[in-house]
Amino acid sequence: MADTTILEKDLHGAHAHGEHGHDDHDHHGDRYQSAFIDNYMFSMDHKTIAKQFLITGMFWAIIGAAMSIIFRLQLGFPGADMSWLQPLLGGWINIDPATGTGTLSQEFYYALVTMHGTIIVFFVLTAGLSGTFSNLLIPLQIGARDMASPLMNMLSYWFFFLSGLVMFISLFLNTGPFSGGWTAYPPLSELPQASDGSKAGATMWIMSLVLFVVSVLLGGINYITTVLNMRTKGMSMFRLPLTIWAFLVTAIIGLLSFPVLASGFFMVMLDRTLGTSFFLNEIYIADTALTERVGGSAILYQHLFWFLGHPEVYIIILPAMGIVSEVLATHARKPIFGYKAMVFSILAIAFLSFIVWAHHMFMTGMNPFISNIFVIFTLIIAVPSAVKVFNWIATVWGGAVRFNSAMLFSLGFVSMFISGGLTGIFLGNAAIDIQQHDTYFVVAHFHIVMGVAAFFGMYAGVYHWFPRMYGRFMNEFLGKLHFWGTMIGAYCVFGPMHYLGMAGVPRRYYSFETFNAFSEFDAMNQFITIAAIITFFFQILFVVNFFYSIYKGKKQTEMNPWEATTLEWTAPIHAGHGNWEGAIPHVHRWPYDLSRYEDREFIPQTEPLKEGEKDGGH
Amino acid sequence: MAQDTAVKLPEQEHHKDEHLWEGGTEPFKTSYGKLMMWYFLLSDAFTFAGFLIAYGALRFSMEAWPIPDFVFSTAPFNIHHAPLIFVTFMTFVLIVSSVTVLRAVQEGKNENEGGVIKWMIATIIGGGIFLGCQAWEWTNLIVQEGTTVFNNPFSTHVEAGKYLTLDEISQIPKTTKVEETIHGKNVVYYQSVVDGTKYFTKADHNGKAPESMDFANGSSYLVTYHDGKYMNAAYKTADGTIKTEPMGPKAFGALFFFITGFHGFHVFSGLVILSVITLNVWSGMYKKRQNGHEMVEKVGLYWHFVDLVWVFVFLAFYLI
Repeated sequence: MADTTILEKDLHGAHAHGEHGHDDHDHHGDRYQSAFIDNYMFSMDHKTIAKQFLITGMFWAIIGAAMSIIFRLQLGFPGADMSWLQPLLGGWINIDPATGTGTLSQEFYYALVTMHGTIIVFFVLTAGLSGTFSNLLIPLQIGARDMASPLMNMLSYWFFFLSGLVMFISLFLNTGPFSGGWTAYPPLSELPQASDGSKAGATMWIMSLVLFVVSVLLGGINYITTVLNMRTKGMSMFRLPLTIWAFLVTAIIGLLSFPVLASGFFMVMLDRTLGTSFFLNEIYIADTALTERVGGSAILYQHLFWFLGHPEVYIIILPAMGIVSEVLATHARKPIFGYKAMVFSILAIAFLSFIVWAHHMFMTGMNPFISNIFVIFTLIIAVPSAVKVFNWIATVWGGAVRFNSAMLFSLGFVSMFISGGLTGIFLGNAAIDIQQHDTYFVVAHFHIVMGVAAFFGMYAGVYHWFPRMYGRFMNEFLGKLHFWGTMIGAYCVFGPMHYLGMAGVPRRYYSFETFNAFSEFDAMNQFITIAAIITFFFQILFVVNFFYSIYKGKKQTEMNPWEATTLEWTAPIHAGHGNWEGAIPHVHRWPYDLSRYEDREFIPQTEPLKEGEKDGGH
Repeated sequence: MAQDTAVKLPEQEHHKDEHLWEGGTEPFKTSYGKLMMWYFLLSDAFTFAGFLIAYGALRFSMEAWPIPDFVFSTAPFNIHHAPLIFVTFMTFVLIVSSVTVLRAVQEGKNENEGGVIKWMIATIIGGGIFLGCQAWEWTNLIVQEGTTVFNNPFSTHVEAGKYLTLDEISQIPKTTKVEETIHGKNVVYYQSVVDGTKYFTKADHNGKAPESMDFANGSSYLVTYHDGKYMNAAYKTADGTIKTEPMGPKAFGALFFFITGFHGFHVFSGLVILSVITLNVWSGMYKKRQNGHEMVEKVGLYWHFVDLVWVFVFLAFYLI
């Protein structure tokens, strides 16, 4: 009886509450104007915004990865003729007039490294990953027609776009983009006389990232509110798929850490423009003391930066973890092992992420006794991380595993997360960090654990939810090729770097030609570069597969192709704005009733519990 | 479309609290708009926390720091030596404006448009007075006392000493006498021919000598400032070394103007939002929505937050 009332209300009764007075005349479903601008550009449909985030993220991923190939060429083949890159890089290739040999400008090498980090960390793995899948999945998996505020959601994308635009323009500056590292430590980020990249490039970098913070906050506030307030009837917190838990916690971390980064950036801006000295003290440039710029503290900036910077790695990895949990369970046809342990480990990781930031600063001159505390908290993170890893393995164990592209990338994620996580235990020790800091060991560690692993989570999500986005499947053969190429390639690139780092090869060096001690690693550096180039082309394969499949992929014929239990597969294949044509489905059970009964391979969340049946997960 | 789950269902009227988190309802019994405001305020609190932590970190890394009772002792109408009087007035006005916005929210819940408008206007006036006071205080600091984001003439002595008279200054070796017209007055000082250091006498704004030439360790001072020139007074320490008053820590001025400015910008934005919402109330827009003027409540939350942040800024800059 009550149910019928709800259905009526669901369809027509949205006007009783809320202050969107002007909005109230729109009906649900696909009734929006069909103009290109409304549907594809300034769309407020969360599904379209998700695609915008994804494709913009892909654009940036290609640029960011291509930059890494250019500086890998320099590292693998120092002194080789690079004049063939001149049509692309122009003045950044210095041509020796006598021999005609082209070399990469040293200044530009640092700009490339800086931009590579900034782009991949913020634009690809924050906006491209969390932005895409939070937008796509939150309303669909909790049973809502859209985000709490579709307008703010749209603005979130456009602030990200604007941020990217500013960064993109900075690539074409005469003095080059910012070159002081993605962490933008002062004084390199503050004093224009410090380097070419610290001129207009640094100003635009800061501007771009402040816009990015606005985008993250607009998105994050929306995601949290939507998950808390808009769940459909029956969708209790412990019936949420782990993806949603991950996105919720990611948004909370972002909400609390990005503002602190913004406060640091505001001070950097003032130091740059007004001439204050929040982060400057006792600076010498070319033997000249800057006597007017005293009284600040560069380490203060590092504290403010890493208060975001460390949670940021969890902002990157948690969505990937959520996606992987979901994909592993669905394609192993088994319920996720230890659902509540997974939820609580996400929460524990989120909490710990706020009290470990100074492990990035062991070697900055910070008091070593403070390091002790940060070492302990850092190592404690291994506990919830291990809980997650063992639960993933236990989930797959004995399952009827479908080895499709999404599943392969999820398994690859677990592999990468273990490999990269173990080296984190080394680096988390302040004593071992004395030897390992600023070497390729660090580069190998964070690339595997948050770079490659997060990319794997993203790929798993794209292969798995591609039908949900475009009503077609991606090509499986190309997908598997992509997986094996990336899996082997990534280990070939980052595996040897551990060895380089152990041997003391420092990161951020333009060339090792003048260091005899490192000449024996030339062949290894060449190997890494070649592996990186091959791996890069496997990613291009993914991009080709992606766009090809949008138009020519195998058509989705069933609403629930993966036989998944979650709500997003109960909406029609090409769902309009509003997702469900009829009433919003209600939820009666947890999302992992897979292989629960002999005769029922899977039970969707919408199916009521039978008499006497206990809900799983509780 | 976003309000689907916000619909009041019949059985929700008697909803028991244990079902709040079961979905299909608002667990905090709060609309999404108000929740979003809370989350925004939470993030904004972290931004301010970042600033105030930076303030603490810089301040406590310094040897000397100006004492607020000494710095903030001036008020309009030529009031001097009245510590914190002016800022107390500002703070009082701002906190009272929190009360008036509360009254506006109350009237909104009663759907009484006239009452809402009356109290909103009172709030806007309160916020305006606060901003005006801040403008006066900034002007006084910058123009009269010479505190800018680059320079800060306020500080405390880190050693005891005795200010020199002009006669004593003239005894300092390797100096030449300079006469200059500053602020329409003839000022005499001596300048070192070795490193260019200028030795001034200690004189307050009226040109009179200080009451006592001796000063204790930890006592406050203000480097005399006129027409863009700082006149650092010469003094002699207990062991006979002659020094000039150093300028105060630069970070003081930068942090003060930046953090109170960031807060002032919040007040200013608040005034703009309050004005827009007052106009909307006047146009009857919220009456039609029949949700107890929720927008007024949301801006009320923001306004309370701005007041609360001021309490912390006040604490950091004026009290500690």
